Amino acid sequence: MVKGKPLVYFDNAATSQKPQVVIDALTHYYTHYNANIHRGIHTLAEEATVAYEATRRTAQEFIGAAYEEEIIFTRGTTEGINLVAYAWGRQNIKTGDEIIISGMEHHSNIVPWQILCEEKGAVLKVIPVDDHGELVMDAYKTLLNIKTKLVSVVHVSNSLGTVNPIKEIIDAAHQVGAKVLIDGAQSAVHLDINVQEMDCDFFAFSGHKVYGPTGVGVLYGKKELLERMPVFQGGGEMIKEVTFEKTTYNDLPYKYEAGTPNIADTIALKAALDFIKETGKATIRAHEEELLTYATAQLQAIPGLTIIGNAKEKVSLISFIIEDVHPQDVGVLLDNQGIAVRTGHHCTQPLMARFGIPGTIRASFALYNQKEEIDVLVTGLHKTIKMLS
Amino acid sequence: MNIKPIHEIEKEIIEDFALFDSWEDKYEYIIDMGKKLPVLEDEHKLDENKIKGCQSTVWLVASYNEGRVFFKADSDAVIVKGLISMLIKVLSGHTPTEIIDARLDFIREIGMMTHLAQTRSNGLLSMIKQMKNYAIAFQAIGSEETDHK
Repeated sequence: MVKGKPLVYFDNAATSQKPQVVIDALTHYYTHYNANIHRGIHTLAEEATVAYEATRRTAQEFIGAAYEEEIIFTRGTTEGINLVAYAWGRQNIKTGDEIIISGMEHHSNIVPWQILCEEKGAVLKVIPVDDHGELVMDAYKTLLNIKTKLVSVVHVSNSLGTVNPIKEIIDAAHQVGAKVLIDGAQSAVHLDINVQEMDCDFFAFSGHKVYGPTGVGVLYGKKELLERMPVFQGGGEMIKEVTFEKTTYNDLPYKYEAGTPNIADTIALKAALDFIKETGKATIRAHEEELLTYATAQLQAIPGLTIIGNAKEKVSLISFIIEDVHPQDVGVLLDNQGIAVRTGHHCTQPLMARFGIPGTIRASFALYNQKEEIDVLVTGLHKTIKMLS
Repeated sequence: MNIKPIHEIEKEIIEDFALFDSWEDKYEYIIDMGKKLPVLEDEHKLDENKIKGCQSTVWLVASYNEGRVFFKADSDAVIVKGLISMLIKVLSGHTPTEIIDARLDFIREIGMMTHLAQTRSNGLLSMIKQMKNYAIAFQAIGSEETDHK
């Protein structure tokens, strides 16, 4: 209940609600086997280590990675991208090199590369977005050249819902010898992910957007790349041997997991990934597609409402604007009706500038949402528009 | 100039809001106040007068005349504009000291604290700080003038 009304939660692209199994896994860990992992020789430490490493195998399976040591636990997608920018980027990007991102990136997949480019004298290139909210693939192919060292693009746009043709993007990048990072923050929860089939070099996603806890995420990297990359953060766990003269580093994946990790949330992430597996991605997708189709039709019928982003392939997320009305006002009035949506630029300011708008109202649906809730949103929007006019 | 003390104006607003029994009435009143807020001339919509929120923007200008501070403001979001309108009603035309000392409890009393909590999105809290900063600056000017008399 929110403000005396039953909650309609349509801010799933920001973070999903957590299934009871995830909350239980957290509680169970803290209640029964809280201990620091990997180094302890006592029973609890071993139990916690086993559970922590079990998540790694589940995550490996979840994204179809070849080896479990290719799964690096991070704080989330942002940290994953930053890790690559720092460790891989500082080793491999030189003056005059080019990095390609797209016009629909989240700030998390813009800023780390800007920092790197500035430091190295490299150049950031941007794949344009068309009026439907799709990447202009011809333009992408003309951007690619021998100087391109990395292509880092979002799998699914958090602002528009667009599913990008990443297989095509990855193959084209590999043809010029560039590496590819896929920002999977929005895709991991909706789409089947198989990093081997995609053949991406890096893939990052967040736990809290896949029904898991906050503060944990996964960075996948191809083993041979991760092995060659320098370390990211120094500290415990990531070392093999430390003397004051020289330190040797641990093997993958521990080389990138300095310090005591987020044990509890990582363990509970397994429950979230299992939950998705048991429910079935195909079942989830079918339900979400139905919600998307229904919501698109219902919203389009509202006078003055324009949907931003009409890509042929979309996940269950709709961004829209309403004529003569500020998105923030809509958000406030919907909130008073128990409806949670996101308003603003969604951390994609360049994309908003591309469409010439300050922001949108975004409704994003998850597997637990129902058609009746979309009806509540539509009724709420009619009321909101009336109040504001 | 005969102007009601700040706490009296706050009390009136609280009493007005007590009459509303639904959130709709409350917000319709705020939206209405937002719409009635005099338009801020484009010449004042400068970057230096801008208080940028993550989602909406507030413009604030202040002037000082005969020991009193006058505010004018605007926003691109109408609910924020309504809240601005109330803040201007409460603070504008008072002395710097009165403005600095104003507790602005009415915001909590009328149930609008959430809008201040969303400081990153609407810039409202920064606007209140900025209004007080203007008062502090004008107070300094005021005391200088007194010193020179």
